[in-house]
Amino acid sequence: MESTLDILIKAIFSENMIFAYFLGMCSYLAVSKTVKTAVGLGAAVIFVLVVTVPVNYLLENYLLKEGALSWINPEWAEIDLSFLSFIMFIAVVASIVQLVEMLVEKFAPALYGALGIFLPLIAVNCSILGGALFMQERQYSTILDASAFAFGSGIGWFIAIVAIAAIREKIRYSQVPAPLRGLGITFILTGLMGIAFMSFMGIKYGKDKKDDGEKTSIIITIDKENTIKRG
Amino acid sequence: MSEVAEKTKAPSEPLFSKKNKKLVTDPLTDNNPITIQVLGICSALAITVQVEQAVVMSASVLFVLLFGNITISLLRNLIPSRIRIIVQLVVVASLVIIVNELLAAFLPDVSEKLSVFVGLIITNCIIMGRFEAFAMGNKVWPSAMDALGNSFGYAWILIVVAFFRELLGSGTIWGVQIFGSALPGEEWGLYTMGYVNNNMMILPPMALIIVGVIIWIQRSRNKALIEEH
Repeated sequence: MESTLDILIKAIFSENMIFAYFLGMCSYLAVSKTVKTAVGLGAAVIFVLVVTVPVNYLLENYLLKEGALSWINPEWAEIDLSFLSFIMFIAVVASIVQLVEMLVEKFAPALYGALGIFLPLIAVNCSILGGALFMQERQYSTILDASAFAFGSGIGWFIAIVAIAAIREKIRYSQVPAPLRGLGITFILTGLMGIAFMSFMGIKYGKDKKDDGEKTSIIITIDKENTIKRG
Repeated sequence: MSEVAEKTKAPSEPLFSKKNKKLVTDPLTDNNPITIQVLGICSALAITVQVEQAVVMSASVLFVLLFGNITISLLRNLIPSRIRIIVQLVVVASLVIIVNELLAAFLPDVSEKLSVFVGLIITNCIIMGRFEAFAMGNKVWPSAMDALGNSFGYAWILIVVAFFRELLGSGTIWGVQIFGSALPGEEWGLYTMGYVNNNMMILPPMALIIVGVIIWIQRSRNKALIEEH
């Protein structure tokens, strides 16, 4: 199995939320006009991911997964509630965001001033629910691994949005073809940044390489099939 | 009784009036959810490696958006505005659960490839965006039209992107080989002349670049859409 550190680094670079899975693209495109707001939103995403993914991990392992209820009563080991996971996860995300917003407002007004307007946006940010769903799909073995994954994904998202915001601030002074201005060039830039981030994909993590590649993304599996086909 | 019915009927517009048609056709071009409103990109681009996935994904979004818009439109006067986001999320989440279970039962292969992206329809900004912007304030029939228009606008972008990525990346369309076969020992078609698939097209960044090019073409044709920066 991968170590916690591997999971963290992988989540930041080679499985970056934006560049590998396009999660949270809506707010990524909408709030990346200046670096300052991008930093605010990025920080809020890290924060909410780190809070919600472990909670959803506990829910998944002690309530939803097949056999998860056996800690209450061994007879319930056959119950599989995983079809409820979408609605549970989104409810957890929405309510935690609400709760965090109220707590931050009460106890850390300065932080609220910085994050405030972004917190409600985050409830419907794909990267938060995506974090929970990837956690469920990848079956992390401990809560520590799940938290490391959440933290890494948040950092990766943060890096991506701050970088694109910096580029967008500078690109105003360039002569972009008129129809490409704004959205078009942002898409293409994100694509190019994604290509740059692909170079992290070949990194070998740790010594244990036997079972690597089993749990990689859809895209890579298809890529592999293709390479095999081509011989 | 019939008089009352007639009275209420008289001012209502025909089902396919100009306004309703516009609701369907506008999102296809000048108000496209992906290229103009910038909604729903989150789960859209990752599944455009193959046309089949793109079609299944579009159909799922169509189902969720259509029934979601209808439900929200029916409930619009009953939902307190303070908790509307939660109500909307519950409606979407239940519809997505139905879609997910259906896909897992009848199209297990595609369902596996789409993995988490079916679940992510819940936070697909198109859905919430249309609920907020349209279904909360309009009657059922226009809401349904709006849902159809927006999901077709979403679908055609997805399918065009998937078409190019699959054709150039794997040399197939819907799994059917277009340029011949590259299997070693039994090559035929273009591959015998040294044609090689462009593996780059399969990688995620190319989806973004193709959408960027679509935006470029669209905005060159309609100058009104050009942004300042």
